[in-house]
Amino acid sequence: MDQLLFNPSYPHILSTLIFLPLAGALLLLFINNDFFARYWALGITALTAVLSLPLVSAFDISSTKFQFAEQVSWIDSLNIQYVIGVDGISILLVMLTTLIMPLCVLASWTYIKTRVQPFMICLLVMETAMLGVFMALDFVLFYILWEAMLIPMYLLIGIWGGPRKIYASIKFFLYTLAGSIMLLVGIIWLYKTNNYSFFIPDMMWKDYSLTAQIYLFIAFFLAFAIKVPMFPFHTWLPAAHVEAPTAGSVILASVLLKMGTYGFLRFALPITPEATTLLMPYVLWLSIAGIIYGGFTAIAQHDMKKLIAYSSVGHMGFVTLGIFVLNINGVEGAILQMINHGITTGALFLCVGMIYERTHSRELRSATGVGKYMPVFVTFLAFFSLSSFGFPGTNSFVGEFMILAGTFKYSTTLALAAIPGAVLAAAYMLRMLQKIIWGGTDNPDQSWLTDLNMREMVTLSPFLFFVFWIGLSPQPFIDLMHSSVVHLLEQFHAHQGQIVAAADLIIR
Amino acid sequence: MQFLPELALLGASLAIFLVSLGTANATKIKTIAMGLGGAVFVAALLSIGAQGNLFYDSYKVDLYSQIFKILIAGAMLVVLILGRELKDIKETVHPEYYLFMFLGVLGLMMLVSSIELLAIFIALELSSFAVYLMVPMRDDNGKNRFQMEAGIKYLLFGVTATAFMLFGMSYMFGLTGSTHLPAVISALSQMYTQPAAVIAMMMVLAGFFYKLALFPFHFWVPDVYEGASNETTAFIASVPKLAAVALLIRLVSMITGDGQIITTLLMVCAILSMFYGNLSALVQTDIKRMLGFSGIAHAGFILLGLLTFQITGYANALYYIIGYVIMNLACFLVICAVSSKGENVQISDLSGLHKRSPMLALTLAIALFALAGIPPFVGFMGKFMLLAGALKQGYLLLVILAAINTAIAIFYYLSVVRVTFCSEPENTTPLSSSLFTNVTSVVLLLLIIVMGVVPQQFIDLATITVQSMR
Repeated sequence: MDQLLFNPSYPHILSTLIFLPLAGALLLLFINNDFFARYWALGITALTAVLSLPLVSAFDISSTKFQFAEQVSWIDSLNIQYVIGVDGISILLVMLTTLIMPLCVLASWTYIKTRVQPFMICLLVMETAMLGVFMALDFVLFYILWEAMLIPMYLLIGIWGGPRKIYASIKFFLYTLAGSIMLLVGIIWLYKTNNYSFFIPDMMWKDYSLTAQIYLFIAFFLAFAIKVPMFPFHTWLPAAHVEAPTAGSVILASVLLKMGTYGFLRFALPITPEATTLLMPYVLWLSIAGIIYGGFTAIAQHDMKKLIAYSSVGHMGFVTLGIFVLNINGVEGAILQMINHGITTGALFLCVGMIYERTHSRELRSATGVGKYMPVFVTFLAFFSLSSFGFPGTNSFVGEFMILAGTFKYSTTLALAAIPGAVLAAAYMLRMLQKIIWGGTDNPDQSWLTDLNMREMVTLSPFLFFVFWIGLSPQPFIDLMHSSVVHLLEQFHAHQGQIVAAADLIIR
Repeated sequence: MQFLPELALLGASLAIFLVSLGTANATKIKTIAMGLGGAVFVAALLSIGAQGNLFYDSYKVDLYSQIFKILIAGAMLVVLILGRELKDIKETVHPEYYLFMFLGVLGLMMLVSSIELLAIFIALELSSFAVYLMVPMRDDNGKNRFQMEAGIKYLLFGVTATAFMLFGMSYMFGLTGSTHLPAVISALSQMYTQPAAVIAMMMVLAGFFYKLALFPFHFWVPDVYEGASNETTAFIASVPKLAAVALLIRLVSMITGDGQIITTLLMVCAILSMFYGNLSALVQTDIKRMLGFSGIAHAGFILLGLLTFQITGYANALYYIIGYVIMNLACFLVICAVSSKGENVQISDLSGLHKRSPMLALTLAIALFALAGIPPFVGFMGKFMLLAGALKQGYLLLVILAAINTAIAIFYYLSVVRVTFCSEPENTTPLSSSLFTNVTSVVLLLLIIVMGVVPQQFIDLATITVQSMR
């Protein structure tokens, strides 16, 4: 257990973060009052966010261990423990989750009109499960939370969703669950091979046979690629995004998709390094396919949510590209881009939700030409759109730049293949922006629209703040993850061993 | 003390019999039956520590049997509570219905204590015949009379399975010269290379496969589940399965040494059960039929624990059947409450249930998610432990096939949840569920969650129980 670093000044900070929302949800179960439910959920999520701040200030950026660790035995007969901790890879995702949740509650303030209490319960349970997934260091704990998360998310889409919510929610649930079934078998296999232990750090960097690694990698890949989602497993995403309520879309885009890429970094690379080396060319080209495909499909969309959903496929393609080029720029860029995508796309979904609350339509055509009547709104939207296609000075520029730099180091062909994706992103984002701000001569009458109110501005401002913070000064963020990423890659390259030569033979 | 639960049941049956002679009204009979059910449960709890052999060593009272008696009594009590209205049973036969239920449970309780082949047979028949009679007692206002078809099917398949079992027992006696299980087992354990011993064992197991509704003895399930009244189905789907698992564990744990053929056969049964049950459940529109098919699949999962031939495997199977019975009872609680006149419930009838009764919808959703094996509920923990146990023994292919089945199963459970939560109700009248029902469903839900989140104590208990059998 020397991979754990216990922090005496914050002994139970992670458990507090996990269980506070759950306790809030349980209490809310007994009070059926819309007004109370809104303020209670806001209070609980805000408190969680505040309590998570010491994570950053007390985080030891030079350590590669899992910090703020907690360890309690849970199910003795199977040697399952409740063990949690964060390292440089997960801390930013934990912070992203805690900070984004109060904003999701704010975004649902008037959007959700019916059954507010169960909605807020679902949001709070979601927060517990999502935080747990990023912190879990026991594979069973991870799997339980990973699967348990599906239930509140299913209900969020299925009950409060749009017209095709039934189709979308079922597809989301089945796709994700079917993908992770083999992960379960893989977990049990690892448990048996590793001396009956589910402790994740103990499973890393072991000499499993290449055949076993390949099967494991396929199990991991199915589970995580569906979650990311990578082309061609992305088809659940547009449906789920389009039908989900705004808060659901934001959670889905900002946090849930990151779990797939997080899974690659946490499990696929350390547990199956040789299989990763062998199979990474295929993954890389799938990423390229996702980038290009997502870009072209997004250009053709008339539904704003669908447009952003397909843009997500492209952006997440960049993230997997960065991860699997397996060098320091690529991986750091990928982690940063995970955060950036969470911020930017989350904010874009919020913007679309705000339009939708006014016009009750997600059609681009019905939202044309609102710039004249909603100047504040379009200002926000413009910044987020620029950020989305990686305009210099915004957060995504830094992330994409690092990923592309890493890709160039690995292979020029691959990098050149990814470049059109960046151009396509500009094309579809500017097209949307142009239509929404100015439109054409056939704009519908938008004069009755009211501009953003105070609550909506408060919701969007933190996103804008981070867009520029990461865009102009990304170093503090990179510092947080640097040691862990360097450690990961050092270990990885040490374990590549002989396999590199074989892989080269296969590629050429 | 050793015989207390059985005596309580016998007394309860007699009391109900006396009631049936008079002209008590339905409410009174209901109260008496529930009171007696509670008394039996208390009696079972009181005799938990009892030890001893009865009836010339054909009847063994130990922790193993007593735990099962508590479970059976508890499950019966829940069935009594959730089906207390007996909506589709003619009022004139209410006392007889309860009488047969108590007698059936008496048979099941005797079954878990029997360690002699003939005692097993008699106990099994007592329980079966009572239940054969409960099925056609449905009223149905003379419309379809499909309860008659169900009753006949149940009877014929039951009798056939019993005949198989008797035949197997005769082989056992012929091979070993004894009907006393410990003697049979020690003699048989040398013989598992002989086809006769394997056939004898498989035929005896067949009798319990029938009770547990395991492929290829599952054919009665869908029609009986559909034809019997909701309360009867709830009973058939839960209580006898507990006893069947008890006896299966007793029998299988005796197979030692070279039981490779039996392992293979059990594996085939398990896999076919899962695939048959899950694939058939996909297309059902009647929720009871769906639950019937899902029960076949779950029985396959239980075999996964048995065929490890390890104490932990048996303990996992025990844990799983307890969880399964709780989840199943929670589903039937909702079915009984939703069906206003005791008619069968189609899945579409559940649409918009969350608006009509949030409590029932929540119960159904959690029970179905648990049945589907979604964490953090008991269904997941049970499946996980069974899979881990089977993989520990090196049955990788079996585990992969079982995992695939979990994925198939999600679809039909989820489509019921979808209907309850995401569709608009066709019938908007709010369903008022009584306090009794609400308390029961909260208790069942708590059990589903607690057993899933902190399973250690339950697994320990199951392990102790299984060990005490030796």
